[in-house]
Amino acid sequence: MTNRPPEVFIESLDNGLTVLGEPMPWLQSSAFTLLIPAGTVREDEVLPGSAGVLQEWMQRGAGDLDSRQIVDRLDFLGVERSSSVSSLHAIFSVASLAESFEEAMSIYAKIVRQPHFPQEELEDAKAVAIQELHSAEDDPAHRCLRGMKELRYGTPYGRSSYGTLAGIEAIDGDSLTSLHEDLYEPQQAILAVAGRFDWKRLIEQVNRLFGDWTKGSHWDRPEVTVRSGAQHIPHDSQQTQIAVTYDAVPYEHSEYYQSRGLVGVLSDGMSSRLFTEVREKRGLAYHVSASSQSFPRAGNVLCFAGTTRERAQETLDVVLQTIESLGESISQSEVARLKTRIKTMLVMEQESSMARSSQIASDWYHLGRVPSRAEVAGLIEAITPDSLIDHFRRHPPTRWALVTLGGDPLELRHGI
Amino acid sequence: MEFKRQTLPNGLEVIAEVQPEAFSMSIGFFVNTGARDETPELSGVSHFLEHMLFKGTPSRSAEQLNQMLDDLGSQSNAYTSEEQTVYYLSSLPEFQGQALELLADMMRPALREEDFETERQVILEEIAMYDDQPPYGAIDRLMEDYFQGHPLAGRVLGSCESVSQLKTDAMRRYHEAHYAPNHLCLVAAGAVDFDRLVDQALEATQSWQPRPRHRVTQAHQPKTSRHLLVHPPAIQQYTVAFAPGPSRSDPEKHATRLMTSILGDDTGSRLFWRLVDTGDAEAASLFTQEYQDCGVVGIFLSCQPAASSSNWIAIADELKKAMRDKLTESELQQAKNKVCSSIALAAERPGNRLFSVGNAWTLRKTYETVAESVAKYQQVTVGQCQAALEKLLSAPSVIVSVGPEENRELSDAIASPSLGG
Repeated sequence: MTNRPPEVFIESLDNGLTVLGEPMPWLQSSAFTLLIPAGTVREDEVLPGSAGVLQEWMQRGAGDLDSRQIVDRLDFLGVERSSSVSSLHAIFSVASLAESFEEAMSIYAKIVRQPHFPQEELEDAKAVAIQELHSAEDDPAHRCLRGMKELRYGTPYGRSSYGTLAGIEAIDGDSLTSLHEDLYEPQQAILAVAGRFDWKRLIEQVNRLFGDWTKGSHWDRPEVTVRSGAQHIPHDSQQTQIAVTYDAVPYEHSEYYQSRGLVGVLSDGMSSRLFTEVREKRGLAYHVSASSQSFPRAGNVLCFAGTTRERAQETLDVVLQTIESLGESISQSEVARLKTRIKTMLVMEQESSMARSSQIASDWYHLGRVPSRAEVAGLIEAITPDSLIDHFRRHPPTRWALVTLGGDPLELRHGI
Repeated sequence: MEFKRQTLPNGLEVIAEVQPEAFSMSIGFFVNTGARDETPELSGVSHFLEHMLFKGTPSRSAEQLNQMLDDLGSQSNAYTSEEQTVYYLSSLPEFQGQALELLADMMRPALREEDFETERQVILEEIAMYDDQPPYGAIDRLMEDYFQGHPLAGRVLGSCESVSQLKTDAMRRYHEAHYAPNHLCLVAAGAVDFDRLVDQALEATQSWQPRPRHRVTQAHQPKTSRHLLVHPPAIQQYTVAFAPGPSRSDPEKHATRLMTSILGDDTGSRLFWRLVDTGDAEAASLFTQEYQDCGVVGIFLSCQPAASSSNWIAIADELKKAMRDKLTESELQQAKNKVCSSIALAAERPGNRLFSVGNAWTLRKTYETVAESVAKYQQVTVGQCQAALEKLLSAPSVIVSVGPEENRELSDAIASPSLGG
């Protein structure tokens, strides 16, 4: 077994770009996730939305291709792709059959490094962003979650990637080209590849495409500030959307999988506590869930439910009681189900190059390394009912925040 | 990859695409019933019943059932459409036996009165949730208008009224009539032991009795109507049109799908360049929906209300221009590559193959490998796409639009009875 290749190849280029590669030779596809530290946190505070508009504008002509040629070529190659901005990153996610992969990557190298920034397309790029903003505002769940992010993190971490109408309208070409110049640098960028590829050949290509990219300057990420509080957003709808958040340990914490396990007991599967208490026993909601969310050094659990106005307070109360119940007892069978579920997910991740490239990029960003499946499986195996209860008691939910949309304002009871 | 099939003495078909080297396996029961098989007073019963199958069996409570599904580490779920109800799960191969035993048990639910009342509330919440989301009931209204007098007119979720009035006895009778073994197909994909699957299915379903099938199929009479709805909280205007398209078994469906991709895919299509890339619309797309006895070509437009009329005129203009100036070989090749690559990428997961294989078999009685599916698209010619477009433009259409207020300009813009103006 000593000659076994590593699960993940890692190479850092001289300019700082980290390249990760996880071969999955049983697949026909390859995928990459490119993370560039150009998220909404780094927007000019009077131009919310600029990170997204920049990303849109960059794709309207780059290198030897104009806007139309980029789309036509990617479509011709059958490339599935998405681009988005998070608080911390501009994200490019791309998957294709292995034979088209090298060309797909070369097109994205042009987009990131040699955008044309055609002045005549700037207004179109802004108009696209405004359309997306309006459509997102029509989705009640989105509005509620956007409100929660703003309340929870304030500026800059609470910014929505959709920006604001005023922000998008105020954007001009110079502000975007200088944003690109400042932020699109390889030093803290991550290129994570998974699927069918040859590592040696990949690294040669990455060096050709990105090797002469100027390193740029190091960016010190601002600390995340986390706030508690409650907010109600009036909205004319049948249902009230309810978002509740509290502190949890972040992804890089040694006990993260205990915290993730607690969220699993709450929300993984149809036998989970929230599903059972809110939906199965009481029929209060169609959708109820909890998830782990993490910025560096700031972890959260976010619970979300939608229910008609008369039943909203009861739904919130049951959600809170269910969270509290984690500190009282957790059964062996709940833990056994949790373990099987997470281990199954680890196995099934091997069926998707896209899912795997995204996961290893995220791991590298948060941990500075990519844990092997065996290591993660070991951490999961170490979970016991006592370890979960103990973790919950040592890290009890604190700094609660509540955002509701539609219906009447709700009350956070239970001494919170 | 190998396709296997066997019909049990009680009429239950068992099919599988076996891929021994896969990491996972997926299995599902595809039930040949959906909203189109309901009478108006039973509107929503197929979907309600789908929920009730997760509420326990004579030997298992809802809690036990849910726990056992989660014990398999599975991703399990179900959906109901106009023509099908499908229950499925993906798990590791070692759980095949338990997974089948559990799914088969679910097909014979307890339908307990107290569970029924709780679940009714969940479904009413589900209806409220969709009513609050774009396009705010416009699709349901469109289905009603377009399929008026046809079994496909009914809503999958039913209405608040029909769901509130539904009785357990009526649901029991519906279940008995529609969940007989000869209405079901057990489908599997991935690392499946087929011989064992058949043996297990024989044992689990031996007491099930076949029943006659009775789906009403009928030709759809194309019609014309226009409805503008007002939903004051809306920010955008959402406009959806239906015109006749090929059915599931119509050999023209591949050409029609490629025509809609060339004209109205969400990237690189003619409407994308005309309206989406410019920021005039958030979405301007063409799509197809295929049913057993008929089909639909649809158009969807989402944009700011003030721009909706000019955008709709632009869509009609693009369609007419494509008719006049013809589609090109390179556009067709691009559309083919997109569709074929997407089929190949999706096929990497047994969880996706389950639906490709299961739908092809239960709805069309065919099995296609990935290569065969791809070949069907590769054979399409520009002339066939052009013919599909011509049909679309000359057909009568039904349109529903919803926005924050009355929209006179849009009303005028969509007035022409056919999409070709």
